[in-house]
Amino acid sequence: MTCSRRDFLKEAVGSTLATALPVSAFVFLSTDEAKAAIADSKVRWAFLVDTNKCVGCGLCVKACKNENEIPYDAAVTRTWVERYVVTKDGETHIDSPMGGRDGFIDDKIRDEEIDPENIDKAFFVPKLCNQCDNPACVQVCPVGATYQTDDGIVLIDRDWCIGCGYCIMACPYGVRFFHPEHKVADKCNFCYHRISKGMQPACVECCSFGARRLANLRDPDDPVTKIITTERVAVLKDEYGTKPHVFYLGLDTNVR
Amino acid sequence: MKWHVLRPLWVAIGLVGMIFVARVFLVPDDFGVHGQNFTYGFYRLSNVQEWKDFPVKYQGRESCLECHEENLQQINSSSHEPIECENCHGPSIGHPEPNEYLPLDKDRALCLRCHAFLEYPNSARGELISIVDRTHKRRYECVKCHNPHDPKELYE
Repeated sequence: MTCSRRDFLKEAVGSTLATALPVSAFVFLSTDEAKAAIADSKVRWAFLVDTNKCVGCGLCVKACKNENEIPYDAAVTRTWVERYVVTKDGETHIDSPMGGRDGFIDDKIRDEEIDPENIDKAFFVPKLCNQCDNPACVQVCPVGATYQTDDGIVLIDRDWCIGCGYCIMACPYGVRFFHPEHKVADKCNFCYHRISKGMQPACVECCSFGARRLANLRDPDDPVTKIITTERVAVLKDEYGTKPHVFYLGLDTNVR
Repeated sequence: MKWHVLRPLWVAIGLVGMIFVARVFLVPDDFGVHGQNFTYGFYRLSNVQEWKDFPVKYQGRESCLECHEENLQQINSSSHEPIECENCHGPSIGHPEPNEYLPLDKDRALCLRCHAFLEYPNSARGELISIVDRTHKRRYECVKCHNPHDPKELYE
């Protein structure tokens, strides 16, 4: 193969231009522009649940249903409380009748009588949407009806949702459900209408025992953020890589 | 290529074109990639404001304080201090106008949420004063004898 000097120069200049042109299409941002483009917010909402303090009164569930207009007698709820009773034979008995909406008054679990002498430990675990950093439910939405806001809350666009239910299947925590009236997917949003007005979520406000608390992780002076950053907290199903933002104090291994 | 082969192709191209035209009218202007990226930030921007405008129902005890200072003083100096007014009196939206009265829940079941005896060691539930529902004044409302704003006080 031969190549004259003229041809070589021609092709060299040509190929340099061909590669340089697409590169010029990139926009080079200053630091401030980049920060604005990735929507670096001053707020990142998170939640702290102290399972040691929960007594299973279920007033949080009641308040949530009233506040967020979730049909009261339908078997769906944005937040719920689970009861765990670990007996001496190593069995774990779990129940959450109506999501714990009416509290736990009966000592029977799923109609099963449990001998108090036989109980090793018993506790209540409130659950709600984890507002994940990598929300699996958002990734699977085929129409862009669910999304993550700049302050970390995952919201659902009720006008845009087609009710296909992919997100309900995708959530590893089972927090999503089909809203029986609006016929769309629904879930906890930390009472976005309240927290964006400076109020507490309904469940936090109605918890008399301080078992539920809201935090802004971007505010280092937030007392709840201090607990999350300095104390030993756990999250649910860490192995899924969803980076959940509901943190638990005193979480037992029996809780799944 | 022959016309009868090309014809369905033109129909298909026409349909795709119609979808693009329809999209211009059906998709709102503010629908697109907002926030961090396409994966988590592909949405209709005005929906965020729609959620912020959702009506607040539980107004908090500060709003009760405006008129019911006496009741609040009483409960605040009792062991029931951490309990929100609206837990028993119901969410205070629409009160006092247009609803003069809130639906007060006097049912035994409301008190039993905390005060039903469950023998659970190391649970915060065990530290609360509790009764066995079957044996303690079965047919009466708790508030017949106990003042909920000051539970130490017993009526006749």
